[in-house]
Amino acid sequence: MLQVKNLTYKVMENGKEVTLLRDISFDVQDGEMLVITGPNGGGKSTLAKVLMGLVPATGGEIWLDGQNLTQLAPDERAKAGIGYAFQQPPAFKGMTVERLLNLAAGQELPEKTCCSLLGNVGLCAREYLKREVDATLSGGERKRIEIATVLAKKHKLCIFDEPEAGIDLWSFSMLVKQFEQIHQEKDQSLILISHQERIIQMADRILIINDAKVEQCGNREEMMNVLFEGQPACVCMKERSED
Amino acid sequence: MEWNKEELDAITRQVLAQIDTDNFGKEGAYNLRYNGTSVCHGDTEHIKIKRKTDRQGIDVYISKEAQREQVHIPVVLAVPGMTDVVYNDFYIEEGADITIVAGCGIHNAGCDNARHDGIHAFHVGKNANVRYEEKHYGEGEGTGEKILNPVTEIELEEGAVFTLDTAQIRGVDSTVRKTKVTMKDNARLYVTERLMTHDAQTAVSDIDVEMNGAGTNAQIISRSVAKGTSRQNFHPRAIGNAACHAHIQCDSIIMEQAQVASIPEIDARHVDAAIIHEAAIGRINDEQIMKLRTLGLSEEEAENVIIENFLQ
Repeated sequence: MLQVKNLTYKVMENGKEVTLLRDISFDVQDGEMLVITGPNGGGKSTLAKVLMGLVPATGGEIWLDGQNLTQLAPDERAKAGIGYAFQQPPAFKGMTVERLLNLAAGQELPEKTCCSLLGNVGLCAREYLKREVDATLSGGERKRIEIATVLAKKHKLCIFDEPEAGIDLWSFSMLVKQFEQIHQEKDQSLILISHQERIIQMADRILIINDAKVEQCGNREEMMNVLFEGQPACVCMKERSED
Repeated sequence: MEWNKEELDAITRQVLAQIDTDNFGKEGAYNLRYNGTSVCHGDTEHIKIKRKTDRQGIDVYISKEAQREQVHIPVVLAVPGMTDVVYNDFYIEEGADITIVAGCGIHNAGCDNARHDGIHAFHVGKNANVRYEEKHYGEGEGTGEKILNPVTEIELEEGAVFTLDTAQIRGVDSTVRKTKVTMKDNARLYVTERLMTHDAQTAVSDIDVEMNGAGTNAQIISRSVAKGTSRQNFHPRAIGNAACHAHIQCDSIIMEQAQVASIPEIDARHVDAAIIHEAAIGRINDEQIMKLRTLGLSEEEAENVIIENFLQ
């Protein structure tokens, strides 16, 4: 189980302290799927980066299965059981897709397994295995390879930062199936940062982040009413609070 | 002195393992040059190696019947203070298909410099297909420098294809590489140069490609990593004297206090010459490091993986 307690992240901008995450607390149960959504610039991707250790928390704690991860580096968090898919994955000159998948799996994978991983994210596998993960691949292709790197290994918790971004509709449907399958197997927890209704509808629980803080969190049924009343979530929240 | 290739000493084996990963001629013709002397060689039905009589070196004759065959001609230098200059000429007949594995490794355990200048000339017949692999490597605890100065001259007849794959792995204190290629109609050239320098090493690489025939096509890719206080200087030059295509790409990773200068030059002398160059020098991207760290690699491991793959 992931427990996030009073997580805060502040940076200095032009000599002023700016709070990008304010006192965020939530948890994710084993096998649970949590979708984090909310307006652009609200702090969702920053939260994902802090969870993975890509940027250091200024305050608060992150626990996974009883282990305090707050001060750990990203590689130590990976070893503790977190997988992370970047919203905009980097290119690697000279690194083949196959090599990247092997690194992600922590072992030499049989070619058949690599092909299967790529096939599951909508890539015609054999064409890609020996290709370099460089600028010759489109953003959408790199994004799908990025997701495959997280799927290459079982994790306690997988974090996907806007997995739908830059992906065509056909591939998106395949991704949704992947997430559904992981969710059904119940042996990995999922945090998906998304604006996509189809992904939000898969969630066990939904967390809305706005203006650097948790605006609302609840189970799917109650949060779907909040989110899809035809108004942006934050407006909806405001009106509710005014009621 | 004639050696049996099964009876090499430990240092020679160790150096050969670095520069000839096919384990020194399991197949094909071969010639091993050791401390300035050709110590063992073998021919095949289609490949004949002859020692020069007027100067140091060999002439390698590859007949048109040679199809997907190999020649291994490694050089090992293990004597401090020695300067070994060798001239190797390759005569490749029309239509032959050959892989030539060369390379030089220096083991220097002394305080005097050890230097090898390998001057190679390739005369490639019409429609022949040549792959030339050359690895350079230095080792040894001595304070003497390991110096390698290769000169490679390639003449491509009509329709010939030449793949030049060079790698300087590590341990070479100083290198000046000179490569000159002339191309006739429809000849194709693929150059991949990979180079790593560290500590206070220096490397200079000049590549001149003259596309003299219509329909010629040249691709030059150079990838390098400079660490420590090392210095690298690249000057690939493509000259289009006819309707031709050429692409030069130089990418370098710079680290610590190293210096890299990359000066691609394109020179079109025909209205249908299409020549492109790209050059980039930069440090390792932080996002690449971060991505690999999310896969469980430490910062140092991530850096090594990025460099290793970049130079693949």
